[in-house]
Amino acid sequence: MSVEENRATYGKCNNPHGHGHNYALEVTVSGPVDQSTGMICNLVDLDDCVKSEVLVRYDLDNLNMQKEFSHTVPTTENLCIQIFEILQRTFPYAHLDSVRLEETMMNSFEYAGGDEIRH
Amino acid sequence: METLGQENHFHLEIMVYLTRKAEFSASHYYNNPDFTPEENRRIFGKCNNPHGHGHNYTLEVTVKGEVDSRSGFVVDLKQLKEVMHREVLDAMDHRFLNKEVPEFFTKIPTTENLAIAVWQRLKPKLSQASLHRVRVYETPDLFVDFYGEE
Repeated sequence: MSVEENRATYGKCNNPHGHGHNYALEVTVSGPVDQSTGMICNLVDLDDCVKSEVLVRYDLDNLNMQKEFSHTVPTTENLCIQIFEILQRTFPYAHLDSVRLEETMMNSFEYAGGDEIRH
Repeated sequence: METLGQENHFHLEIMVYLTRKAEFSASHYYNNPDFTPEENRRIFGKCNNPHGHGHNYTLEVTVKGEVDSRSGFVVDLKQLKEVMHREVLDAMDHRFLNKEVPEFFTKIPTTENLAIAVWQRLKPKLSQASLHRVRVYETPDLFVDFYGEE
């Protein structure tokens, strides 16, 4: 895009010095309840995976410097898709339903890998 | 609906849902002229007080669409905010719904009917992404979801 088009499309978000968000991430998984544990999966495993695969990678980092955003704009839409794909690759203990990412208290994004969301 | 289904299938892998919130305050009361005064009082309780009562509503509008490969956006959030303000908040914020919002001249302004009215106002005004869900919180403990008529 041209300089003008970038400014028109992204407004304040086009400032090259960047800006920060306090993102809130919600991960939804589903599966049968294991009879012996009473759990779908161990929440500690899920927490560890989200921490090691997502938070370590993105927390307090400049998203534009990550290789996945070298050719893709780090909109919350694209970040949401990236996080879904990372967790789908790395969390084997339950079915990943969706990833929901709050950019601010007033807006959020959700991706279910192409599945219809009914909630 | 069939066309929409085909469209979803075609863009299966890049469909993202975006939710934008807005808050507004409005007053209303519940009364059905076909009921007797006793019936209205019994069915609607305190909400039947004709002087009305207020709520701080929270509106959540969810749209779905494919991520534009150039902009990385499903929809321009600023435009969505403007449409929500123009079509809903300007008409309903700080209004007495029964007397000032045309939908409720003939329908009871329950949260159910409010969600439907918001859907009908927004649906024809959204072109970039399609309306998926309208959620209206009347209080933090109570909300209604409307997904359009299926």
